[in-house]
Amino acid sequence: MGMDIAINGDNAVALAWKQINPDVCAAYPITPQTIIVEKFAEYVANGEVDTEFVCVESEHSALTLCTTSASAGARTFTATASQGLAYMWEMVPITASMRVPLIMAVANRTVSGPININNDHGDVMSVRDCGWIQLFSENVQQAYDNSIIAPRIAEHHDVQLPCMVNLDGFILTHAIERMTMVDTADVKSFVGEHKPLYPLLDVKHPISHGNMDGPDFYYPHKYQTVMAMDNALKVAEEVFEEFYQLTGRRYNLVDEYMCDDADIVVVILGSSYGTMKATVDLLREEGIKVGCCMPHVYRPWPEAAMAKIMNGKKSVVVFDKHLGIGSYGPLFPEVVTAAVDLEEVPKMYNVIYGLGGADATVAGFKGILEDVAEGKAEKMTYLGVRL
Amino acid sequence: MAMANVNDLVIGGRIIKAGNSENFNTGDWRSFVPIVDQDKCIDCMTCWIYCPDNSIVCRDGRMSGIKLTHCKGCGICAKVCPKKAITMKEE
Repeated sequence: MGMDIAINGDNAVALAWKQINPDVCAAYPITPQTIIVEKFAEYVANGEVDTEFVCVESEHSALTLCTTSASAGARTFTATASQGLAYMWEMVPITASMRVPLIMAVANRTVSGPININNDHGDVMSVRDCGWIQLFSENVQQAYDNSIIAPRIAEHHDVQLPCMVNLDGFILTHAIERMTMVDTADVKSFVGEHKPLYPLLDVKHPISHGNMDGPDFYYPHKYQTVMAMDNALKVAEEVFEEFYQLTGRRYNLVDEYMCDDADIVVVILGSSYGTMKATVDLLREEGIKVGCCMPHVYRPWPEAAMAKIMNGKKSVVVFDKHLGIGSYGPLFPEVVTAAVDLEEVPKMYNVIYGLGGADATVAGFKGILEDVAEGKAEKMTYLGVRL
Repeated sequence: MAMANVNDLVIGGRIIKAGNSENFNTGDWRSFVPIVDQDKCIDCMTCWIYCPDNSIVCRDGRMSGIKLTHCKGCGICAKVCPKKAITMKEE
């Protein structure tokens, strides 16, 4: 078993990738992701990894290069955040449609404007429907663990999709936490040898990637991506089980806390899941039966697991760290959709919180959940906004 | 045309057999067809150099006509011919 270390989220991701030793990395610096590739560039410069590190002039080039290098058959990783992800956007669905299993860490930061560098999920929510697998991390340990788990899901031959590992900007990227490492030999044997499907550099079998599709082919190829996403649910569960056997750390499609006997279930993503667990403990002391859960795998959307957790509950409160301006938060309609087939649909609430780094506190969470328990909460709450 | 069967397709739209663009009949696209006047042709092969679809047939160093399977009717051959031996006719 690996030793315990003190490390911030960005360095933890870089450490995981040092242990994996990928073939190619290309990235462009952007706060709060910069430390990841800065640290990784240091590993390359020190000869601690064999990776080909390519300096590029933009995020658009970074993802283009990574997509093509993964097409060539190289195990490839990159990292970005916020405006960087926005600048990559054109390539994001192309990467998925080309079915290359590259991994990208996203140090979640809001998108401008107004200009703001702090954490919310505005960046990653804009690419949620682009065909990438998405894993969320509650803490530094999970940012590290997800980085080791991601290639196993993405590179599985029934999946072959790119994967984003989300970690909350600053809250996880820059905060130092205690974390248990996995021994490098164990990381290497867990992740295994990269076996690309139809790589471009297989010169004995010349093929072409990224071809144009007419209407007869575009839709069927998109449908193949849908099938791959469905497969990813099963593969993720298998990989989580294997990771548990290796490390004793158990992850699920939806991680849950005190949900079994709860009347109220909270759905929340990322580092706030930890804050919510502390809130649940306090509310339980008051006799309010609350539980909370986090879709550890956000794409593919784990609808069945979500429905199972909500079954028989009185209320479900969905916390969104992003704003669907003119509608609900992005998580809310998906949770509602998972609930509509239940025998008794719980009362559904949406809470928008923490935008642009606004405080996400136990006190704030506790207040709104007490309102829910007393039947006083509105369907939609903009937590902390003062009028 | 009917949608392709999902199970018949290689993932990611990859084409795993090389050299099959010949099977894609771009001649379907044509609305103007090139007509050669062999009396004016001097076999300079300028059209052969310029044709983007390898449609000019060259035999024994002579311009021996145009194979229409892949000819899109773009008219470049007619434009570059120094003797105006090729004209475009609406199909």
